[in-house]
Amino acid sequence: MAGIELIGRVIKAGQAEGQALVSPEPIGFFGGVDPETGIVIEAGHPLEGRCVSGQVLVFPTGKGSTVGSYILYRLKRNGVAPVALINAESEPIVAVGAIISDIPMVDQIEIGQIATGDRVEIREGEVRIQPLQGAGPRRQR
Amino acid sequence: MLAGELGPGVRKAMEIVTALGRIYGANRLVPVSSVQVAGVSYKNLGDAGLEFLSEWADQGARVRVPTTLNPAGMDLVRWRVLGFDEAFAQRQQAVVEAFARMGVTTTCTCTPYLVGNRPQPGDHVAWAESSAISFANSVLGARTNREGGPSALAAAIIGRTAAYGLHLDENRRATLRVEVRCPVRSPADLGALGYLVGKAARNRVPFYEGLEISGEDELKALGAAMAASGAVALYHVAGVTPEALAGADVLAPGAERLVIEDLSPGYSALSQLEIGTLSPHGQEKIDLVWIGCPHASLAEIEQVVTLLDGRRVRSALWITVARAVREQAARRGLMAAVEACGGQVVADTCVVVAPVRELGFRSMATPSAKGAYYGPTHAGLAVRYGSLARCVQAAVEGTWPGSS
Repeated sequence: MAGIELIGRVIKAGQAEGQALVSPEPIGFFGGVDPETGIVIEAGHPLEGRCVSGQVLVFPTGKGSTVGSYILYRLKRNGVAPVALINAESEPIVAVGAIISDIPMVDQIEIGQIATGDRVEIREGEVRIQPLQGAGPRRQR
Repeated sequence: MLAGELGPGVRKAMEIVTALGRIYGANRLVPVSSVQVAGVSYKNLGDAGLEFLSEWADQGARVRVPTTLNPAGMDLVRWRVLGFDEAFAQRQQAVVEAFARMGVTTTCTCTPYLVGNRPQPGDHVAWAESSAISFANSVLGARTNREGGPSALAAAIIGRTAAYGLHLDENRRATLRVEVRCPVRSPADLGALGYLVGKAARNRVPFYEGLEISGEDELKALGAAMAASGAVALYHVAGVTPEALAGADVLAPGAERLVIEDLSPGYSALSQLEIGTLSPHGQEKIDLVWIGCPHASLAEIEQVVTLLDGRRVRSALWITVARAVREQAARRGLMAAVEACGGQVVADTCVVVAPVRELGFRSMATPSAKGAYYGPTHAGLAVRYGSLARCVQAAVEGTWPGSS
């Protein structure tokens, strides 16, 4: 099956593979994700109740308190961190969180090309997407 | 350094600084002359932050330039007297210890410039803490972006930061011209003004014309308010701040204009939440009066002592300061004067980063716009905002004057 290949900018170098969990809204980790369980707890967030653990977490950008960097670190220590992060446009809170937690991260990716459930592989700046279903209109370029 | 020949702690610091440079399009690193680190309170860091800092210290990370610390979650010396929990205190001490192992001076203040960390005009620095950033850029004429805890510490460990944003001349010119058409008579008026301008400015660079300023304490209050309600990291005041004094071209072409005609929306926005507990005369009960956001100077402690005039307080009264300032206050008898009235001069911490609800406080009066802005969300307190005189009166009466 033909996949999609995208090239982004490396924020934290590394390799990872997993299922995509895609948020159309920014994520603020401090107060937004439970560091013990990896479950999104921000009321009204599109991912509320979903677990980021083991997923390739895809979202436009970060938001909120700078303590968010440490929440990513805590998720990692608790074994419930995402395996990789993909942003449309990176900002310092999530970028610093990815670096201190050793989670591969890429930005400047057209995140509309990725859907929740897709198989995603990251190698440095290269992002390979194996769609869950056949290519729909969403993926037309 | 990126290759890790200086150890994993240094490599991590280099990775953080270069990643930020990449994100913001910096093409070089510049040496920094000092660093101010935020993210010190255990209340905010939690075990995750503590573990991270301890690990960084264990990996051999050491700061290369003078580095000071933001307020911690408690008075590191007098925490027991103030009622802080033993378990919290242990964790907080461990955080400070981790910083100390990295060679950080454990000042624990948001006013490092009052206790020796005072950069020169034009110095590149890496500071965290929004009001300190504003002061360093605007009042001292040093150059810093809005750093977070780990990024400031990373800059300290490699002694450099990425040259983007406010490190570059072209980003330091004013992009918002502020015209104040109402009288600004007191520091509390300046706080209300700063609140309104910060909200409108977001992350732009304001330029004030015709604003009378009588010293650094007033600039501290104005800058702190703008940095809280907005993301203002730099502002200029005509005839007052160094870059406004130095250059005729401090105003960027096409700067938008903002007119402020009335400060009362600022005052009302800063007095948030209902105070449920009333006195028998129907006045709002004030549990805590807080002075020293940002941390108070010696002159500000003196003003409080003068206003107290020996009267005992009914609410708790906290004047939060840097420890070195408390020592000066003690030597001059000011601390004894505050304590004789039933107040406390509290060092190393503040109401925003300490677990004050656990100390039993529910309502607060403060003459600090920044303190009033963060009181409800960060400390869970109902807040009344007013002049220093009105707040000291509130402490003496235990209620908010004029609230019945």
